[in-house]
Amino acid sequence: MASAGRIKRKFRELRARGEAALIPFIVAGDPDMDTTRSLVLELEARGADLIELGVPFSDPMADGPANQRALARGLGAGASLAAILSMVSELRAQTQIPIILFGYFNPIFHYGCERLCADAARAGIDGILTVDLPPEEAGELKRPARANGLDIIYLLAPTTPLDRSRAIARSASGFLYYVSVTGVTGARAHLDAGLGAHMRELRSVTDLPIGVGFGISTPEQAAEVATMADAVVVGSAISLLIEAHIKSGDVREAVGGLVGAMKHAMKAARGAGRAAAAGDCDG
Amino acid sequence: MQNVPNSRGHFGQFGGKYVAETLMPALFELESAYKQARRDPKFRDELAHRSREFVGRPTPLYLCENLTARLGGAKIYLKREDLCHTGAHKVNNTLGQALLAVRMNKSRITAETGAGQHGVATATMAALFRRECEVFMGSVDVERQSLNVFRMKLLGAKVTPVEGGSKSLKDAMNEALRDWIATVRNTYYLIGTTAGPHPYPMIVRDFQSVIGREARRQILKHEGRMPDVLVACVNGGSNAIGLFFPFIKDTGVRMIGVEAAGLGISGPHHAATITTGSVGVLHGNKTYLLQDELGQIRETHSIAAGLDYPGVGPEHSWLKDVGRAEYTSVTDAEALDALKTLSETEGIIPALESAHAVAHAIKLAPQLAKEQIMIVNLSGRGDKDMQTVAKAFGVTV
Repeated sequence: MASAGRIKRKFRELRARGEAALIPFIVAGDPDMDTTRSLVLELEARGADLIELGVPFSDPMADGPANQRALARGLGAGASLAAILSMVSELRAQTQIPIILFGYFNPIFHYGCERLCADAARAGIDGILTVDLPPEEAGELKRPARANGLDIIYLLAPTTPLDRSRAIARSASGFLYYVSVTGVTGARAHLDAGLGAHMRELRSVTDLPIGVGFGISTPEQAAEVATMADAVVVGSAISLLIEAHIKSGDVREAVGGLVGAMKHAMKAARGAGRAAAAGDCDG
Repeated sequence: MQNVPNSRGHFGQFGGKYVAETLMPALFELESAYKQARRDPKFRDELAHRSREFVGRPTPLYLCENLTARLGGAKIYLKREDLCHTGAHKVNNTLGQALLAVRMNKSRITAETGAGQHGVATATMAALFRRECEVFMGSVDVERQSLNVFRMKLLGAKVTPVEGGSKSLKDAMNEALRDWIATVRNTYYLIGTTAGPHPYPMIVRDFQSVIGREARRQILKHEGRMPDVLVACVNGGSNAIGLFFPFIKDTGVRMIGVEAAGLGISGPHHAATITTGSVGVLHGNKTYLLQDELGQIRETHSIAAGLDYPGVGPEHSWLKDVGRAEYTSVTDAEALDALKTLSETEGIIPALESAHAVAHAIKLAPQLAKEQIMIVNLSGRGDKDMQTVAKAFGVTV
């Protein structure tokens, strides 16, 4: 049986330690299921706090080129929902890291919402994030998810009005995922200058942890976001690293290195932030 | 019949708004702008004026005396959408939506296109209303519809080839949606068919319904009574819904949608979505789709590039489920035969898409009594298809 709030517990622990969560996104089956399995364990060892497992779909309309290619590789490797659940089920003997399925609705709908939620909970999945399933359409997934103790993670975007963010937050659980750019997934040279202000605004409408993703690719960016948000999601940068290291066979070291550096930078930034705040009080 | 869609954009279990959160506010904005425009006499007047003076409406409802005599059955009328400016019904929708884009003060208009007809119709409106225009088109389609690519460029549009997936219409739509996610603040995404998220299926239907409203008025004038059968080709389904919608409450009128059976529906090379597909979610709505056993979208085939999409408008899925419309399919070979027959008997060369409707009419007419009346939507003209048709007949042009 799954979770009963593994995500909630994780954020509580992190908050107590004054840390922001690092959430790597890896496409299941990129480039094969064995690599994905070993990556989950490696990334946990390097400081990942939660894992988003990308579920391959033939038509990923909210993803940029890097994730499109990663999802196509996963599809080619046979990363079906059934194969992913069976992998997670095996991984649960070795790790209790919260795992979220991240994908598009059609494969889930086709599998059957009821059956998927029951099977996912049994396998040890903790939450589901479906890019193209806004709260207005989420009823058929949300009911069985709730009955099986799974969190439904919703997206908030820069275009989402505050009233709508409030309403979405009210029906969400686990955490909220703020899409930091008006655009599809993929690395950006610069973070949105208004991110801090936007985070403060969102804080006023919810007590749920807020994660930020889309476009974060370097330890420096991760560190900056860690000072404003409860979690940092990194996706396309990992897909690109995997792509670049498939031939040489050192995907694990490469991705592990990035995740380790990101977590290190995030901790340092939070520490520095606290020190600066303490300094301010003294002065 | 109940009125659809409901306020959430659902046609029974179909339709809806299955999109990334970034687009949700834009869909609400579009819906509200459209509802205001629909009630605004100035908007309605301008639409009517431009339809008449620029598009060339009303289009004739033409009795095919030669074809009718040759088949010896029901009277066959053609609704001549091929005579619209730009050569197909697509312009009815692009005119309406371009007027909305102007009203919403959007400086840029984008579109997806397969055969290039919707791309040309969009580029035309962007030129008329002085908007920046970008059309997304699968790289395979760019190759096989080079004439329409040239037309779009001549009209001032940027044509962006899409390399992802099967490099055809569905991938063009993915890319247009991705672009819109990034540019939603200044861009109007002009969807070309009755698919996509709510409110698009409703908006496109409403603008295309001019086809059925005219046909209804014209047949009453010509024959003094309602038709017995309506026939139109269906993929996204905009020309079919445009003809069907004003007749939906006339339950004595049979409505038949004709899908692309490609090389035959027993194999994988077709686009007969309603006839052979299953329910799923793609490009913002729930509808019948061609997909595999894991919910991955399948590649399609039709000789008609405009029928080469693995989904169908949600209203058609609903009409099929409630039993108000019937859906059947016609192969590439049957469509080619029909194109030849109509050209020879009536002096009208139909688009390959429309030839699917003509092919079914040719099969059905002899089974019906001579007093019966059939209206076939001739949604576009065949000029754009001449290279494909010549190749199929083994001729080098």
